[in-house]
Amino acid sequence: MSHKQAGGPPGESAVDWCLYQLNGAAEFEVSEADIISTVEFNHTGELLATGDKGGRVVIFQREPESKNEPYNQGEYNVYSTFQSHEPEFDYLKSLEIEEKINKIKWLPQQNAAHSLLSTNDKTIKLWKITERDKRPEGYNLKDEEGKLKDLSTVTSLQVPVLKPMDLMVEVTPRRIFANGHTYHVNSISVNSDCETYMSADDLRINLWHLAITDRSFNIVDIKPANMEDLTEVITASEFHPHHCNLFVYSSSKGSLRLCDMRASALCDKHSKLYEEPEDPSNRSFFSEIISSVSDVKFSHSGRYMLTRDYLTVKVWDLNMETKPVETYQVHDYLRSKLCSLYENDCIFDKFECAWNGSDSVIMTGAYNNFFRMFDRNTKRDVTLEASRESSKPRAILKPRRVCVGGKRRKDDISVDSLDFTKKILHTAWHPTENIIAIAATNNLYIFQDKVNSEMH
Amino acid sequence: MAAPLGTSARAEETGQEKQDTQEKETVTPEKAEEAKLKAKYPNLGQKPGGSDFLMKRLQKGQKYFDSGDYNMAKAKMKNKQLPSAGPDKNLVTGDHIPTPQDLPQRKSSLVTSKLAG
Repeated sequence: MSHKQAGGPPGESAVDWCLYQLNGAAEFEVSEADIISTVEFNHTGELLATGDKGGRVVIFQREPESKNEPYNQGEYNVYSTFQSHEPEFDYLKSLEIEEKINKIKWLPQQNAAHSLLSTNDKTIKLWKITERDKRPEGYNLKDEEGKLKDLSTVTSLQVPVLKPMDLMVEVTPRRIFANGHTYHVNSISVNSDCETYMSADDLRINLWHLAITDRSFNIVDIKPANMEDLTEVITASEFHPHHCNLFVYSSSKGSLRLCDMRASALCDKHSKLYEEPEDPSNRSFFSEIISSVSDVKFSHSGRYMLTRDYLTVKVWDLNMETKPVETYQVHDYLRSKLCSLYENDCIFDKFECAWNGSDSVIMTGAYNNFFRMFDRNTKRDVTLEASRESSKPRAILKPRRVCVGGKRRKDDISVDSLDFTKKILHTAWHPTENIIAIAATNNLYIFQDKVNSEMH
Repeated sequence: MAAPLGTSARAEETGQEKQDTQEKETVTPEKAEEAKLKAKYPNLGQKPGGSDFLMKRLQKGQKYFDSGDYNMAKAKMKNKQLPSAGPDKNLVTGDHIPTPQDLPQRKSSLVTSKLAG
């Protein structure tokens, strides 16, 4: 593991985070459908989309700055909500297809409408979100309620005029990309060319054109001829933010493969393979499971990649395949709990990771509704909690600490008291500002930088 | 392992060094956990990343005998929380052969998310 020396006292954050808003029902009212399964800001940060297990998408819009109502500024209000996917049944395989939204990705905005892709295990959909704030009035043949007029009463022609109306947000499915995947879709990524996107399942990655639903190109296929020879699966994938020919995919064995679509039509052979050699003396039954990469994200600069495995987050330099340039321990104290985490399946939890706008801080979730941030420059890290009890609106979040044994300070939590049912798997960072969205089971927390929020 | 509060990188580095020296004498926490697991489940396969485990992952999603069975199971669970698919739950069968009268209507999915207020 290549750490740099930690500077400064641990547990401090350069940014003072405070709770800006909390959406969702109280704990005892949770139904399975309400569990948030994905969170994503759009490219400007004006919109925030969440998907849940019930197949629904909720879009929040940030209140624009206004001198008249200073208290509402920066607040994300519900803009639209719709049912994206429904539960389905695959009759051929007698398998249930969950409606859970696995991922949402926004398209860059090209006109007045907003578009996003949402996917469940099998089907990707393109949704168009439009606003309507005017409607035509004064039709010749129909009256105000839409009923046909008695033609004998119509004596002159009038030109209908557009009158303002209350804002209505309409969401329509524009494309449905179905039947592209035999296995479960784990990620989608829009290309920087804004024309194509890719979808990845456990064994294959497909390239689609946003306007074409009846065809897709298979660009990666790691299915072995004999399924008995299966040793690894694809866990996540993403297009490079600037180079439209490059994409990366991660595996359950902890490796990353960078592929160049210019090299060949089928990118089974990687251009670069990023893998940290394992110390054979450290190998255990759990080694491979905890090395499985659950999320991979390019930095905004395009120079680095961020990966999350069960216990760490790692920063990789695209130019160095032999090992990550930085490794941060998320919750190493779980190493001595792996047996029970295997038994309760928590060892298979898939945590996501995120960069801040300037690529200087990385964030990831953990258990007990904790989430962690690592400052790459100062090497400071902090543990914060997303819970109703510990977050009073506008009050600065207090750093939390997990103690492993030995000296225990007041407010520390011991490893054995951690609640493993409270996992923060999905987090998102605003593209430019210090605003973060944290999904804690069925609740959405939005935290902002105190300085940021005071400026508004 | 007497690792100090495990949140800072520096603390972890020290912990790792201790781990390395300890390895020669005692077992790493990971190996100790492995021993615990093997003690509980002696029949556990050698290769956890091997084909069986991955195959199970590919098969995720509750499997039913047929679509009638699926609808029966849905009707039974209508008022309860959905169970999490445990590793042994790959066969679910309904109580009796369904008739058209037994099959419930498609569930309504127009319940608004509580996030939307």
